[in-house]
This record gives sequence, structure tokens and C-alpha cells, in this order.
Amino acid sequence: MQGNGSTPLSFQQLILTLHDYWAAQGCVILQPFDMRVGAGTFHPATTLRSLGPDPWNCAYVQPSRRPTDGRYGENPNRLQHYYQYQVVMKPSPPDLQALYLGSLAAIGIDPLLHDIRFVEDDWESPTLGAWGLGWEVWCDGMEVTQFTYFQQMGGFDCKPVTGELTYGLERLAMYIQGKDSVYDLMFNDAVGDRPAVTYGDVFLENERQLSKWNFEIADTEKLFRWFKDAEAECQASITAGVPLAAYEQAIEASHIFNLLQARGVISVQERASYMGRVRDLAKGSCEAWMAHNGWAE
Amino acid sequence: MSADFLLELRCEEIPARMQARASEDLARLFTDRLAEAGLKAARLTSYVTPRRLALIAHDLPAATQAVSEEYKGPRTSAPAQALEGFLRKTGLTQDQLEDRDGIWFAVVEKPGRATADVLAEAVPAIVRAFPWPKSMRWGKASLSTESLRWVRPLQGIIALLGDEVVPISIEGIAAGRTTLGHRFHSNGDVSIERAATYAERLKAAHVIVDQAERRRIIEERANALATEAGLELIPDAGLVAENAGLTEWPVPLLGRFDPAFLDVPPEVIQLTLRINQKYFVLRDPAGALANAFICTANIEATDGGKAIVEGNGKVLAARLSDARFFWEQDKKTPLARHAEKLARITFHEKLGTVADKVDRVARLARWLAEEGIVKDADPALTEQAARLAKADLVTEMVGEFPELQGLMGGYYARAEGLPDVVADAIRDHYKPAGQGDDVPTAPVTIAVSLADKLDTLVGFFQIGEKPTGSKDPFALRRASLGILGLIIENDIRVSMRNLIAAAAHAGEGDAGKSLADFLIERLKVQQREAGIRHDMIDAVVAVEGSGDNVRMVNRVHALQNFVATEDGANLLAGYKRAANILKKERPENGKAASAAGEEDPGAALTDPVVADAIRTHDALVAAYAPEPAEAALIAALDEAEPRAATAIAAEDFEGAMAALATLRGPIDAFFDSVTVNDPDPAKRDSRLNLLTRIRAAVHQVADFSKIEG
Repeated sequence: MQGNGSTPLSFQQLILTLHDYWAAQGCVILQPFDMRVGAGTFHPATTLRSLGPDPWNCAYVQPSRRPTDGRYGENPNRLQHYYQYQVVMKPSPPDLQALYLGSLAAIGIDPLLHDIRFVEDDWESPTLGAWGLGWEVWCDGMEVTQFTYFQQMGGFDCKPVTGELTYGLERLAMYIQGKDSVYDLMFNDAVGDRPAVTYGDVFLENERQLSKWNFEIADTEKLFRWFKDAEAECQASITAGVPLAAYEQAIEASHIFNLLQARGVISVQERASYMGRVRDLAKGSCEAWMAHNGWAE
Repeated sequence: MSADFLLELRCEEIPARMQARASEDLARLFTDRLAEAGLKAARLTSYVTPRRLALIAHDLPAATQAVSEEYKGPRTSAPAQALEGFLRKTGLTQDQLEDRDGIWFAVVEKPGRATADVLAEAVPAIVRAFPWPKSMRWGKASLSTESLRWVRPLQGIIALLGDEVVPISIEGIAAGRTTLGHRFHSNGDVSIERAATYAERLKAAHVIVDQAERRRIIEERANALATEAGLELIPDAGLVAENAGLTEWPVPLLGRFDPAFLDVPPEVIQLTLRINQKYFVLRDPAGALANAFICTANIEATDGGKAIVEGNGKVLAARLSDARFFWEQDKKTPLARHAEKLARITFHEKLGTVADKVDRVARLARWLAEEGIVKDADPALTEQAARLAKADLVTEMVGEFPELQGLMGGYYARAEGLPDVVADAIRDHYKPAGQGDDVPTAPVTIAVSLADKLDTLVGFFQIGEKPTGSKDPFALRRASLGILGLIIENDIRVSMRNLIAAAAHAGEGDAGKSLADFLIERLKVQQREAGIRHDMIDAVVAVEGSGDNVRMVNRVHALQNFVATEDGANLLAGYKRAANILKKERPENGKAASAAGEEDPGAALTDPVVADAIRTHDALVAAYAPEPAEAALIAALDEAEPRAATAIAAEDFEGAMAALATLRGPIDAFFDSVTVNDPDPAKRDSRLNLLTRIRAAVHQVADFSKIEG
């Protein structure tokens, strides 16, 4: 598959092309949120900005951490750290599907050569108290994007509705570059005698070490303590009227919970209770954010 | 003059699984709305694609009929208030009323309404109240939660009556005559002149609006591709429909995968292809799974589909690699080691972990084998199979494909060299999964399956989680049908009471009576399929207290056959006559006898009331000379009673029925020629006692009072 030039897009060129495309649609191009999160949706630019009446159009890359998906760098498709490209548009524009298909064309996917399909996939995040309807977008049978119209966030109705696009960047790049392993992806292009670098050059060792830490090393006693600390700090921040700070602690608690799961120290019964605690933090932060802005119902 | 009406509701992709129902709902709601206005189309044509719901109502009249309605009012002599009320009700003035013989009549002319006006009202109402299983808000209008809801954003409406647009506007979407064609094969608006050209205009724009036509194309093309490749398509109507719901221009394409993946169990490959990728599966002439797949694209690709097949092949290879990885990985650990992890999974908070359940099931299964309740099941192998039966729940493969539970355990058991009977039992112990599913017949499998279901059923009943109404979250009805199927089809002779007692969990509540009743209700459901009437089951349950389902079912079958014969029907009539007289004359005895009957089978003979009746009868009968028919009945009873009892003891229910059948003639003759209510109290008492004896004799076989009709 080809980009606009004669060689397929490198990983970074893919990101830059999407940035250009969505910037031209009026999106604010943000940088990744500087905390460990499980998905681009956790970025306050999605979660908190999807609340309230104000228009908001934004795109960013978000490094996403899924400790349980780590495979010590041995699986060509699974990573404990990967990238999502996130676009949110509020209110959802009437031509959001067309805009999205335009972005695929921009990165070189010809819809008369490749089979693009919108397949039902509703989205729900129990920890964020959020849900929406939409699709997973298939390209030749591969899921490349999650497309969602948020209906609720933090337990509140979205007024108006935000349209959210989440591209799996590594998958998309593997597809465009025709690679079978994420580690073989061209991260950039060679320029003169400065060589190209692969995704593996950049991240393989991280996957090995972080998988080991996530599954074997992380001190569970500390993790439990950190969870409690983040929980307490979140609640204190809600009380103190700083919901943005509270939300950061909710994110922290959510990630610590994911680490505890990877360490296999949370039983099935406890799992539901921990998820409930994280949800309470996220919902509490959203509620405080609504109140702070005078949007409370 | 009549005209066709075309309605198209175009939106973003409708989930495939919702399309058929939505199409039916649209037709139904449309028909109902029009009927309310007095309109009816000659016929309706419904279309649905991922991006549109459409309907053509053929031959609608141009307007509804004008109607003249007449109302009868008060007498002209009635007080003024009555007249005023009538005028208010009809909206007329007094000079518009007619005086017919002193009574006011009002004639109200209702002019016909233009069909376009009716449609302009009906369509928005249908759209606003459309019963989507899940619907959403979108766009600027969603600033209010009251904004229009649809399955996905609604984008356009065509409403054409004849060749005129019906002026409809729903939340800012105005109806017109234009739509969009295929997402990638068509540019710009497609204009529709009238309903008759809708399908062809869209076909020219690469949209096949008729879902049946898309299904046909997929089926024919997929079969042709299979044949060309020397293979056979494994038919799958659900998958055809799903792919027809995912495409507006379906193009099946055949691809191949690395034959090395065929080492993975075929069920795994099939599920990967079907569930994850919606691909058709093929087999070779020998019937084995082929290393091929058919995907259904939505475009006529410029390269003939080469890139699409290649892309899909890659996705499939990645999926199959995962599956093979799980398969290899799971096999590295023996099932017994996997089973240890079951201690981490909660079965139910009040019933412990899955490991706890496995332990109970293993002991119960072993007991079933040791006691010979399940014949020819080796106790040690039975226990082993039970202890390993749930181990695959913690394997990677079952984590990925929960529907492969049991089946994978069977594969893993065989792979580690466990005996076939153990592997088979692990594989099949969830069976029968529902009515119509195969019932296991291998002894070890029967024991494990029965023990597993009994433990579930008894456990949930003990903690008070019985199914109520439509709620049966733990699928206890299905478990019960499974138990009954296993017992009856395998001729397992055991009392349900003993089984329930053996399965009872320590320290929990008592499940006995309510569970026994629940199982009887399930037995009725299960036997209904076999054409057995529920009242026949009630009639037998009332007298058969053994709790032995095999015995009960045999008896029920004999009873239903007997009642269908002329002898049976007449005996039933005679019995009812006797019972009715007794109910009237000796109400207290009837109650006592039947109450006793429910508690204890065959109790009628030892019941003190009955015994007393017989004794009194013997004493009284000597006091007068019985009439011939009376004497004949006594003689017939003397002979039939022991015959029936002996037959029942030998489980010869046909024999018992035959013995009863001999009573039919004497009973008929008795009622024909003997008066029960004789003025002589001694005769009356004696004859009532005789009726009691008839009832008791019949109750040896079944409580005929439960039989309807």
C-alpha cells in the first residue's frame, strides 16, 4: 500500500499526516497526556471535555498502557505500551463518517481497492461510567478504528454528543507498510546517511523490561498503598474544589488497579469492588467538574 | 386514482442483527397508522440495507373516503341542558339538527383527507416512536436530551407519493426525492422519480436494496467459488444474512490460509473464521476442513479483489496464530494443573469457588457410579473426569472462545493421553445443552453430567435462587431438563428424593419440596414435546411417590394410551360419576383420601377411611341381598384390585390399566340399574362405600380426578 508519495508512510509520517489532516478540519492538535492511561479516552481532553455544552474539536496521540497485554516483546501483535490516535469532535458533525474516510484516503488507503466497513460495536467503559454507540471500522477484515458517538460520560448525558475516533496506530501502520510484526515497522525514513529506525529499535527492550516489571517485579504492597493514596487524594481534591486534579488521581488509581491485575493479586470478587471504586472516583471527578462549570443538572 | 408511496429512511450503518426486525417493524407501524386513518395499501414491499430502511406502499387511494356519521340526540321535548350537551358534542347548531319523530338527529359529514396529509402525519410519528433495541442522539440537536433518537444518525428521507414529494420534516431533516448510492462506487445524489424506479436507480448506483437478493448473490457466488476450488461450502444461513446486512453490493472472495494451521482443532478454526471474521468455512471432498475461507467484500475492487483477499488473509493468519499459540500453550500444562486455578474463580458468592463445585461434583459423580445408579461407570474414572471437567475454563483458548468449553477440555485430555472415556466425559458433560440436543449415553459422561447439573440445581435452590417468571439467570430450567433427559433416556432408576438429598450442600437451606415440584413442572415441559398431556402427569404424580422418573414416565405413557381407548374413556366417565356423587355425599372422605394419596403412593388401600369403608361395606353387604349389577361390580372389584396391584408392583402399567378396564362394564351397568341414594340408609351407605372402593381401585393406577375433560 502506498501513501501519497511512492513509499509507504513511516510510523511517524502516519502520525504527522493525521495531524495535518485533522488540523485542517479545525481540530486543536494536543500532545499526549503526561500520565499513564489505558486508552486515549482517559485523556481529560476527551473525558472532561465531552461534558458540558461547549464545542470542542481536538486530536492527539496517546501512549496507552495495558499491563496485562505485555508479552515480553515476543508476540508480534501485542504490547503493554502502544499508541492510539484520538479525534474528538463536539457536537458530532453531520459528516463525521465522511471526514473519517477522508483521513483514510490521506494516509493512502484507497476505498476502491480495500474493503472498508462499519461493523456494529458499542462502547462501554464501566470505570468511566460511560457508553456510546458506533462501530469498529474494518479495513479488509482488520479493525483499524473505533468510532463512537458518546451518549454518557461519568454517568451524565452528553449534551451535545461527542463523536470519538480511536485509530490503532501500530495496526494501521503494519497494514500500510505490509509488516507482520510490529517490531519491523519503519518508524521513520532514512535521510542521507542517517539510517531509518524500526519500531523494535525504539521499543523492543521497553516491552521486555516493562512486561517483566508489570508481571513479576512490581511491589504489590506498594501498589495497594498507591491505590489507596490516589483514592484519598482524589477525594480530597474533589472536596477542595479542584476537579481537574481529582481526575488525575482517578486516572492514577485506574492504572494502579490495572497493574494489580497484571500481578494477579486481585481475586474475581475483589475485581468488581475495585472497579466500582475507580468508577466512583471518575464519576466523582466528572460530577465536580460539571458543578465547577455550572453545568450540574 | 391510486398511487404508490415510497419511503426511505437513510442513516449511518445499521447493525446487521437489527435490520430484519426493523424492516418488519416499519411495515407494521406503517400499516397500523394508515389503518387508523382508514387507508390500506394493496401490498407493501420492504427493503433494508446497512444504510437505509425503505418501504413501498402500492396503490394507495388519493384520499380517504368521505364519511357521513349520524348521531341520535335527546327528545325534542327534553330539557334545554340535554340539547346543549348534544350540540357541544357534535359541534353543530340547533338549526343543523333534524327532528325525526320528536328526536333530534345530527348528521356530521367528514370529508375525505388527502393521502399525502395522512402520510405527512404518519411518517414523523413512526420515526419518533420507532422501537430500535438501542438508539442514540447525535449532532447539534443533542444539546437537548429530547432530540430525535435513531439507531445511528438519521441522514435523509425520501417520501414520494406518485411523483410528488410529501412535505415532511423531522427535526430539521426535510423529505425529498434524492438519496445516496454506494459509499464508494457512487458519487453525488441519486434522484428517484417514483417508487417504481427506486430499486433500479439504486442498483445503477451499486446498491442492491433487496436483502433477499443480496443473500441470494452471496450464497450463489460463494458456492460457485467453492466449486471452482474443488471444495464445498459449509452452509450457514445466519452468516449469509449477517453478510447481507453488512453490504450494499456483496462480492464474495475466496482466500487461502497456511495449511499448517489445520493442526489446530477444526472447531477452533471454524469459530475464528465465522465469529471473528464473518468468513464462510469450506471442506474438501473427504469432508475435512479446508485451508480456505470466503469473505464478502462490499466493493467491486479495481484489482479484482486481490488486495482484499491478501489483507483478510493476513488478519486471519494473525488470528489463527493466536489460536495456535493458545492451543500449544494450553497443552503444555496438564489439565490437573489447570484445575488448581479454579480455586480463584467464584462460582457464586454463596456457593463457593468453581474448585469447590468441582469437588462436590466429583464426590457426587463417584457416588452415582459406586451405587450403580449410573450403571457400568467406573468410579475412579468417573471421579477423575469430574475433577478435570472444568479445568479448560482457565485455559487461554476457552478464555478467547467461551463457547468451546468442554470441547477443548476433551482435546487437551486426549493430548495428554488420558483414557478416552475420561476425555469424552470432559467434552460432553455440558450436554444436553437444551431440548433437542444429544443426550450423553456413555456411562462416565452420564455420571459427570448428571452430577454437575444436580449440584447446580440443588445449590441454587438451597440459597433461594429459584427461577421466577421469565427470570432464570442461572439457567436452572435448562439444567433440570438436562437431568430429566439423562435419567429418562438412559433408563436410570433412582428416586429424585435420594438424588436431591445426595446433592444437598452442607449448611445450606432445604431445597427438597420446592425443587421436587419444580422438577415435576419441568417434566411436564419435557414430556409435552413427546405429546404427553400435563394433566396425565398430575394424575400419576398424585399417586406415584417413588420420585423415580423412569417409572413415572412409563406410567404416564400407559395412562395416556389407556384414556385414549374406549374402555379408558368410559372408565374415566364412570369414575367421575362415582367421584361426583362421593364429593356431594361424603365430602370429608374425598378430601382425606386424595390428600393422603399425594403424600404416599398406593396409600388409598391402607388409608383408614378407605379401609373402614371396605370393612363397613363387607359387613353391610350381608345385611341385604345386593342387586345383580351391584353383585357383579363387587365381584369385578374383587378380581381387578389384586390384579392391578400385582401389575403395578411389577411395573406392568399396561397390565394394571387392563385390570381396571374390566371394571368399565360393571360400573356402567351399576349406574344404569342401581340407585345409590336408596331410601334404605343401609343400602345407601353400602353403595356409597362401593363407590369409594371404585375410586380407591382406580387410584392404584392414577388419580383420575386430575384428568381434564
